[in-house]
Amino acid sequence: MDFILHLFTEPASYRLITIVILSIFLGIEVISRVPAVLHTPLMSGANAIHGVVIIGAIIVMGEATDIFSQVLGFLAVVLGTLNVVGGFVVTDRMLEMFDKKKKK
Amino acid sequence: MDQNISTLILNLAYLIGSITFIIGLKMLSHPETARKGNMIAAVGMTIAILGTIFLKVGGDNVAIKYVIIFAGLIIGTVVGFIAAKKVQMTAMPEMVSLFNGMGGACAMLISLIEFHIDDKPAIGKLVIIVLGMIIGTVSFAGSIIAWGKLNGKIKDKTIPGGQIINFILFGGIIILSTVVIGGFAPDLTIYLFYGILSLAAIYGILFVMPIGGADMPVVISLLNSFTGVAAAFGGFLYDNPVMLTGGILVGSAGTILTILMCKAMNRSLKNVLIGSFGGAKAGVAGVAKEQGNFKEISLNDTAVLMAYAQRVMIIPGYGLAVAQAQHTCHELEKILEERGVEVVYGIHPVAGRMPGHMNVLLAEADVPYEKLLEMEDANDQMGSTNVVLILGANDVVNPAAKEDPASPIYGMPILEVEKAEHVIVNKRSMKPGYAGIENELFFRPKTSMLFGDAKKVLQNLIAELKQV
Repeated sequence: MDFILHLFTEPASYRLITIVILSIFLGIEVISRVPAVLHTPLMSGANAIHGVVIIGAIIVMGEATDIFSQVLGFLAVVLGTLNVVGGFVVTDRMLEMFDKKKKK
Repeated sequence: MDQNISTLILNLAYLIGSITFIIGLKMLSHPETARKGNMIAAVGMTIAILGTIFLKVGGDNVAIKYVIIFAGLIIGTVVGFIAAKKVQMTAMPEMVSLFNGMGGACAMLISLIEFHIDDKPAIGKLVIIVLGMIIGTVSFAGSIIAWGKLNGKIKDKTIPGGQIINFILFGGIIILSTVVIGGFAPDLTIYLFYGILSLAAIYGILFVMPIGGADMPVVISLLNSFTGVAAAFGGFLYDNPVMLTGGILVGSAGTILTILMCKAMNRSLKNVLIGSFGGAKAGVAGVAKEQGNFKEISLNDTAVLMAYAQRVMIIPGYGLAVAQAQHTCHELEKILEERGVEVVYGIHPVAGRMPGHMNVLLAEADVPYEKLLEMEDANDQMGSTNVVLILGANDVVNPAAKEDPASPIYGMPILEVEKAEHVIVNKRSMKPGYAGIENELFFRPKTSMLFGDAKKVLQNLIAELKQV
């Protein structure tokens, strides 16, 4: 119960909750009415965006002092980067196809 | 640099990141702006990452940290770039799933390290670490299974009592998490923590294992939104606005996208997750019916039929993608057009392994955009079409979706090929489609079967056409 109380009274956490709730609505609003043709590229683009988790990996790397944390942190940075770079590039390749056929 | 100024720049970098994610997603949902939207989000991401590296990382041994971080970034960038550039168009879905798994694993590792650095954090932080780890792990394990399934390494398996096992696992995760978070067994915390990790991994595996291949896009989309939520927990952990907005946006947009995909197949999410398309129950409904004989058609007859048609509609499916026959298909189209035959493509939104799969595939072969008809237009033109050539599509033309209420795909909108004069079906064999449902279309009087690998058949067909 303390935890819940803390969540909604502490200014910092309350601010975060507000961001979360507004972001939920924004996410729904932004992509409703997307044509079926774009489902796959959109999913792939969203996939790249959640690669933002890489930022967490970098931050935790900054805190890491022992070998265990550094090895895992390194791994986390690699995986997060894969998610971001691979995600955006794959999405771009899918959408490039659409571009090409438009020009004809 | 002055502390205040560097904080200001970092916060601005995060703000730019958040805004580009919103704009990027918005633009990604319109065909004209999609590519630019993806670029904008990528630029925002780069700004946020660079800001974090140069303005956030500090403390002791900063040089070593930079070396490790840049080594990781460079390796990830090179491998990710090459993998994404080299992947075949047909393999894109599993690539997306794999990248999604990487993101999940990254979230999992962050929680692991945080817990390793401080295994008695404040309760709020502990809740975030544990939840982030659970969701990241489920997403990671599930995505890897989805990846394996899509590239054929892992077969569909219905585990007896699977749902009960999953339920128990889920309960186990909740109980262990409660014990850890509540601090009820302080001496065991570290073991319990790894216990939760293992249970979450098993849960992720078993959760995806029984789901039929045809539903895999839906599952990937769902796991995608899971990873988004896991990333958002990172945002909570570090009080980091860009991780929070990025993660939650993907979490909610991904959930909506999952539902939209289900709608395109006229299935409910619950059905997808529990009903398992390819499962034993689904198979029975279709098979029980009386089935007549099917008739085969020769290449020569097919060529003649098409050569003298006014309009031919090609309906591509996964078989075309597997055979990599999109270029040959485009050639056939050109040869027919030279003879004055109008050729169009009827594209079902969920043909192939992912929504939009066929559009991407045919675009790769330079098939003009105007020739790809969406399902409704295709059905409108079906009546005035002489020959329908179905290339490796099955469930999307199955009349059971309209006629047989007992069929698991009943209600799914289909391409109504029987309105056309002739239906020619190219398949490798009489085996049922990916959903494991018999297709009565093959036994209908209008239908003729043309067996063989799509690419070979098309090549032979082109050769025949040149002689007609």
